[in-house]
Amino acid sequence: MRKKVATAAVLAAGALLITSCSTNKSETPGGNAAGGNQCDTSKGTLTVGVIAPLSGELTALGVGIRNSAQLAVDQANEKCTVKGYKLVLDPQDDEKNPQKAGQAATKLSSDPNTVGVIGTLNSSTSQTVQPILSGKKIVQISPANTSPTLTRGEDYKNAPKRQFDTYFRVCTTDDSQGPFAANYLVQKAGKKKIAVIADGKTYGEGLANEFEAKAKANGATIVAREKVGEKDTDFSGVIGKIKPLAPEAVYYGGEYGAAGPLSKQIKEAGLNIPLMGGDGIVDDTYGKLGGAATQGDLATSVGAPADKLPEAKAFIDAYNAKFPKDQGYSAYGSMSYDATNALIGALATTLANADWSDSQRETLIKNVQSYKQKGANGDIAFDQYGDSTNKLLTVYQVNNGKFEPVETGKLDS
Amino acid sequence: MTTLLQQLVYGLILGGTVGLIALGYTMVYGIVQLINFAHGEIFMVGAFGALATFTWVIPEGVKGTWYITLPLMVIAGAVVSMVLALIIERLAYKPLRNAPRLAPLITALGVSVALKEAVRLWYPGATAPLPFPKAFLAGNIDIGPVVFPKTGLLLIVVTIVLTTLLQIYINKSRMGRAMRATAQDPDVARLMGINPDRTIVLTFAIGAVLAGVAGVLYGIHLTNISIDIGFQNGIFAFTAAVLGGIGSIRGAVIGGFIIGLVKTIAGQYLPGGTQYDYVWIFVVLIAVLVFRPQGLFGETERVRA
Repeated sequence: MRKKVATAAVLAAGALLITSCSTNKSETPGGNAAGGNQCDTSKGTLTVGVIAPLSGELTALGVGIRNSAQLAVDQANEKCTVKGYKLVLDPQDDEKNPQKAGQAATKLSSDPNTVGVIGTLNSSTSQTVQPILSGKKIVQISPANTSPTLTRGEDYKNAPKRQFDTYFRVCTTDDSQGPFAANYLVQKAGKKKIAVIADGKTYGEGLANEFEAKAKANGATIVAREKVGEKDTDFSGVIGKIKPLAPEAVYYGGEYGAAGPLSKQIKEAGLNIPLMGGDGIVDDTYGKLGGAATQGDLATSVGAPADKLPEAKAFIDAYNAKFPKDQGYSAYGSMSYDATNALIGALATTLANADWSDSQRETLIKNVQSYKQKGANGDIAFDQYGDSTNKLLTVYQVNNGKFEPVETGKLDS
Repeated sequence: MTTLLQQLVYGLILGGTVGLIALGYTMVYGIVQLINFAHGEIFMVGAFGALATFTWVIPEGVKGTWYITLPLMVIAGAVVSMVLALIIERLAYKPLRNAPRLAPLITALGVSVALKEAVRLWYPGATAPLPFPKAFLAGNIDIGPVVFPKTGLLLIVVTIVLTTLLQIYINKSRMGRAMRATAQDPDVARLMGINPDRTIVLTFAIGAVLAGVAGVLYGIHLTNISIDIGFQNGIFAFTAAVLGGIGSIRGAVIGGFIIGLVKTIAGQYLPGGTQYDYVWIFVVLIAVLVFRPQGLFGETERVRA
């Protein structure tokens, strides 16, 4: 799989070489091979960057993001959405590592033909990517960052302030997701004693904090607040600690790589309680790692379940036709598809009567800001902070190792 | 009280794993004064070797029969680890036998990174943690309210038995005597008719077999393995070896148990809880080294002429 990524990167880099030699107006002969139809690509090639974990524990999520962005780009090329230009995707692997993500952002931003970047997956990696792309006025649209501080700053509750005017996201944030989970777990599922565990990263801690605050407000007792390493495989210390406190459920802020084994070890230690997590654990790998122990575990995720919305049907059919079975769109595929389409749509508006140059970047940012379309997750539009106006969330429950949607709704605070 | 006992149980299980790996560090250091940082990855590769055997070699029909599957996996893990260690010794360490000590140390770090990345690239699905089979020893032994996982008990027993056997082997057998002689002075040992190269190879092999066995038992116990288990447990084991006195068999295993207990007890009772349990391990290490720089059971280092 890395090989494929490498090949794609080499191809993309090659394409860049051709164009960057002679500014962006050069002709790229045979540039419209994809689809084989006759789009006018006389003005050259523009690059859509992707930054996501394409190796490491979060590969399944990252590949879903990359493939879905690829699908959107290919469809745009076939439909000649951006007049005069051919679009190419340049996926970069960040290995969920902020430093690698920063390198990827620097690399993408050094190319004058990069119009925007789709990514990242992790909130922690976005923290390093945001300022780099912002410095070059490059649009970033994340399909998956859920930390509220990325758009509204540290004091997002009392004094929200837009952080970067180049940053947008199509998913809702943890200050809705955490409370949404707390409402479900405490009020609907009736769990009053809850142990909260988080993995110490921006996403996990943030989500756990939001959950904890709302769960307390709902009248639940937080019996323990623990922390595990994201690379841990042995959770016996934490489990031994929470077991005598007799929690009725565990809430975990983190991702499936640790959550799956954690759920299994909790049940093996004789604690028969469900684990609940956020969008980071919603992948079939969770069920594989946790085995039968995950039956009945819960999770929330952003948006409506992709296979339930009528608008999503077209996306899923096109995706399955294009990519092999083992590379599912995973939790964020439809989000990534929407994000890429928003970027391309805004780009098409920007370049309707103009040629691409650095001076177009300001216009592109404005056009993304005012973009409004129906996507695979419902409405795609951005508020004054760059957040999605679409605040839909869904509760999922594991049945036979697969996450099945239970209910979809909005946080009504 | 229940909580304390439960944490002691978990601590002993972790300590057993760490102790088994630490034996490899301490033996190799004792004989060639090399801190073999690749040893943690040998433990990891052993676990992956056993998983590969389970997935592709053992026929479907007998996968549920523990008395066939478990020994086969343990043997596979041990053999894979041993072969790997011998290849590494031959290609990476032997050419540097007479080089300054820093050269093989840096090489060991390089080998460690190479092994980890090799597994990540070439083992199917190893980019994420992989499920490890447990079917044959599921369940717990309940001692009142305290839960003792059967696999954990197996780990502790195997650690103690193997350590005892190893201690006897080194003290009583001919090869053991050769190992002790080579550790004391390879040149004089050679004059006495001992082949130091063969002895060193044997030391690497024994250490690797123990790490491979530890890898399989660790996988069975936690039912998940990932490419990161080598580094994490390797650091613990290295710390255990230093704590117990590097070069000492008994010290390594006792050091391992101390680390396991410190981690779980500190996570339970000390401020910061599980967020800071790693910190306390190294606090204990520093405290011991301040008062006994040679470790708990170590001898003061001999200065070589």
